[in-house]
Amino acid sequence: MARAVTQQRKIANTALAWGIGFLIFFPILWTILTSFKTEAQAIADPPIFLGFDWTLANYEAVLERSNYGRFLWNSIVIAGGSTILGILIAVPAAWSMAFVPGKRTKDILLWMLSTKMLPAVGVLYPIYLLCIQFGVLDSKIALVIILMLINLPIIVWMLYTYFREIPGEILEAARMDGASLREEVLYVLTPMAIPGIASTLLLNFILAWNEAFWTLNLTAAKAAPLTAFIASYSSPEGLFYAKLSAASTMAIAPILILGWFSQKQLVSGLTFGAVK
Amino acid sequence: MATQHSRSAARLMMAPAVVLLLGWMLIPLTMTLYFSFKKYLPMRGGDLGWVGFDNYVRFVTSSAFWPSVMTTLIIVGGVLAITVILGILLAILLNQPMWGQGFVRILVIAPFFVMPTVSALVWKNMFMDPNYGLFAHLWEFFGAEPVQWMSQASLTSIIIIVSWQWLPFATLILLTAIQSLDREQLDAAEMDGAPATKRFAYITLPHLGRAITVVILIQTIFLLSIFAEIFVTTGGAFGTKTLTYLIFQRVLESQNIGLGSAGGVYAIILANIVAIFLMRIVGKNLDA
Repeated sequence: MARAVTQQRKIANTALAWGIGFLIFFPILWTILTSFKTEAQAIADPPIFLGFDWTLANYEAVLERSNYGRFLWNSIVIAGGSTILGILIAVPAAWSMAFVPGKRTKDILLWMLSTKMLPAVGVLYPIYLLCIQFGVLDSKIALVIILMLINLPIIVWMLYTYFREIPGEILEAARMDGASLREEVLYVLTPMAIPGIASTLLLNFILAWNEAFWTLNLTAAKAAPLTAFIASYSSPEGLFYAKLSAASTMAIAPILILGWFSQKQLVSGLTFGAVK
Repeated sequence: MATQHSRSAARLMMAPAVVLLLGWMLIPLTMTLYFSFKKYLPMRGGDLGWVGFDNYVRFVTSSAFWPSVMTTLIIVGGVLAITVILGILLAILLNQPMWGQGFVRILVIAPFFVMPTVSALVWKNMFMDPNYGLFAHLWEFFGAEPVQWMSQASLTSIIIIVSWQWLPFATLILLTAIQSLDREQLDAAEMDGAPATKRFAYITLPHLGRAITVVILIQTIFLLSIFAEIFVTTGGAFGTKTLTYLIFQRVLESQNIGLGSAGGVYAIILANIVAIFLMRIVGKNLDA
């Protein structure tokens, strides 16, 4: 009897959860579906869900816009560059804080976190002015540096949390067995640290890819990434729904897939270890 | 245990990150403070000298200030209420035994990875457009007049869009917290005859307390500075001008740097008030 009730409950839970999950995912699904419609079918009344003539014309049209490739390339360079640069700077810092903690380590970590709280708009003009001064307004290098700086606290925190879980005894054991410092770093520490570095890389690439304050305000024709490209579709009024959908699908698909891989690290990464 | 040598090496390894962040924080902040005490109009005369606290007074007394504060509070409050309440319900649901839990989880967190300009435009055009949007079709189907979302219900629209983006975050964190709840405690309470509502109020909710606080604080910091969602939908029209957007307009659109900088200082103070509470919680966790 009790078993039957649980079974029924499980069926009800499953139905409800799948229904809600589908509802939440629907805007994304609808965007993907619309991207394969013709412009006329995209605004058909009543709306067509699946029974339309699937076409790749929108993708071709978006890709043919001579500059799409450049927006994509800018996104890759800005997100990738800022993440890699951030990791290079953060690894030694997180490393020393995790393995040689001092009296001030905790204060430094909290202070780093506090720089993340600085509202971007509060420093918009100074950054804008500095970019002009150094001649890097609307350049990829400026955004690589700025996005690196705004994500650096998260990168340090994530790496710190991972490194702290590497037991120090293992290092001592390696040293006892006569490993040199080079061997210790290369054969003992690196293999243990790589999963943590990889997931930090992933999450920060996603955050940088989607960043839409600095990328919108500091770029124009030359360095604009996909966030700005999509924003240029701001007022299609039913004219370009299918193309907007195709462009959107291409902008979010790679990140969606990367994101699903990083979902486990997301929680501790974005709460600075406050929820694990 | 660490030697003097390894201590100084550690300091050296930390230096680049610390110096960069220090520069990132101090240089622009000093400049914002500097400009906030000046009458500075790059397009109309440039630097027109020191004006004391004039900009601070003018920013607060301008007719746009209080509405922008109200708008900010409504958006932040609305999104927090929706994401936290729905997040708790969803987390509880996803924690129940079911088939395909991993798959549902993937569906639920997906919106978090969609870039803000995409989600804002997809919602604005394909759902909320009064002629071609799905909502218009849905309203017509039930014989109702389609809503002019972006003009008549502009704040509601923004709240819906931003909530959709942040619900996954709240759900995921609350789900993680709920999974650490002792199942036996709940089972024992159930056997003792405690109804589901009581089990929720006396066991689940207190257990979630800290996670809820963390969700509220982190989301508040991000929500105070939402920008793209307003930039590509209403452009600050129809009463959707938040404090962030007002400052953005003062600085880049009307090029009144002094006034905008004074506004920026207010925004920084506001964000720091929230930040202090978040840091306390995170700091406590570091000791553990």
